[in-house]
Amino acid sequence: MAKYLLLKHYRGGPAPAVDFAPMDQWTPDEVDAHMRFMRDFAARLEETGELVDAQALRPDGAFVRYDGEGRPPVTDGPFIETKDLIAGWYVIDVESWDRAVQLAGELSAAPGPGGKPIYEWLEVRPFLNDTPTGTE
Amino acid sequence: MNEPQLRDLVPEVIGVLVRRGADFASAEDAVQDALVEAVRVWPDDPPRDPKGWLVTVAWRKFLDAARADTSRRRREVRIEDEPLPEPVEAVDDTLRLYFLCAHPSLTPASSVALTLRAVGGLTTRQIAQAYLVPEATMAQRISRAKRTVSGVRFNQPGDVATVLRVLYLVFNEGYSGNIDLAAEAIRLTRQLAAMTHHEEVAGLLALMLLHHGRRPARTGPDGRLVPLAEQDRGLWDTRLIAEGIEVLQAALARDRLGEFQAQAAIAALHADARRFEVTDWVQIVEWYDELVRLTDSPVARLNRAVAVGEADGPRAGLAALAELDPALPRHTAAAAFLHERDADPVTAARLYADAARSAASLPERDHLTRQAARLNAQLRR
Repeated sequence: MAKYLLLKHYRGGPAPAVDFAPMDQWTPDEVDAHMRFMRDFAARLEETGELVDAQALRPDGAFVRYDGEGRPPVTDGPFIETKDLIAGWYVIDVESWDRAVQLAGELSAAPGPGGKPIYEWLEVRPFLNDTPTGTE
Repeated sequence: MNEPQLRDLVPEVIGVLVRRGADFASAEDAVQDALVEAVRVWPDDPPRDPKGWLVTVAWRKFLDAARADTSRRRREVRIEDEPLPEPVEAVDDTLRLYFLCAHPSLTPASSVALTLRAVGGLTTRQIAQAYLVPEATMAQRISRAKRTVSGVRFNQPGDVATVLRVLYLVFNEGYSGNIDLAAEAIRLTRQLAAMTHHEEVAGLLALMLLHHGRRPARTGPDGRLVPLAEQDRGLWDTRLIAEGIEVLQAALARDRLGEFQAQAAIAALHADARRFEVTDWVQIVEWYDELVRLTDSPVARLNRAVAVGEADGPRAGLAALAELDPALPRHTAAAAFLHERDADPVTAARLYADAARSAASLPERDHLTRQAARLNAQLRR
């Protein structure tokens, strides 16, 4: 088994495949269907024994760095209008890269306006293992 | 004997061990070990005197641990093997344990964790699950908290107000994982109320009961938030609500008002309305005035503004809201709600969408997004 991060972005990544309106412009039924899909997706991963963690992030926050001895850390931001903004993630523990890609593909088909898939880009990233795998 | 009944005994048993000379941290560990054994042994072999059993087993665990510890350090064993008679009331011990776990030297998160373990008798794993942190993290938080209070004398008098703040924090954490923290907070507050005659303890217990009684109606079957106006009041737990009102009335009769009694009074007025439309908003505003006077809390002022919107109309509510800092949590959501009431769906939809972006929780964000979508759909028709 190997762990992967499925990263959702508020913005960023390749150009959107389908340009859809923000969710507050959808009909209430479309919003409900989308939220149900997201909930069911996590529940299904849990059932298959592949879910490790699922979290959502608020759009605010800031960049922070050390600024020298005796000085408070410097903060920069929030950059809510930034080009690349992470919205949340799933951590999955699956058999293969192909399975991770398959799951990301399913998540990307979440329904949007008119019940049609939103074709959202998701970033799939393998975790670095803790243990070396080579033989001696 | 069910699990909560078993856990009811925990603070008394810790108290007995401390009186016999155990330090608090070791006593607490020993009682946790005894609990684990009780859960294993009791189903087949229930004791006649559960508390006596726990005391005996916990004391033995304590002695074993102390001996292992002293022999490791090559020190002389100085602890008597024979248990001493119990000289004091269990009630005093339990009460002191509440104070110790809410000691002002502890951070709120540490107080909460220590209270749930030493007073509540929950395992570290259960507490970790409830707060969605790794068990090792919670174990560290608890052992650091124990070290922090290790110098505090067990019989030092404490402040009920700090205990109430801790219990209120636990209650507001609500329900996640397998542990219902709201129910646990009610159990602990009930136990505290039985030992003290403090009006605010009763006030907090009433507040919890009244909120908890409405919980079944607060979320839909798919986990979505259901606003008060749309709740199916038939789902309310009338038994809990009746108890909450009774506890509150007894507290108010003593004429020493505090913030929890005022909050409970507001909750009682909501619970009293059979339909949303017959809510006594005028009285609710009066209680919010009391609450603002008692706490000077911006959150109370924000909730007051919403109540004013119901009592005197949305314009009055918006005027009250305009006096508050727009950066307050839920300020934008309250403004959206009042603008919708004021027949301004365009502004309301925009504000709901704004509020969704700054929501602090997923259920709130989803709820606010739905509100914006609902108004925008109406506007398109």
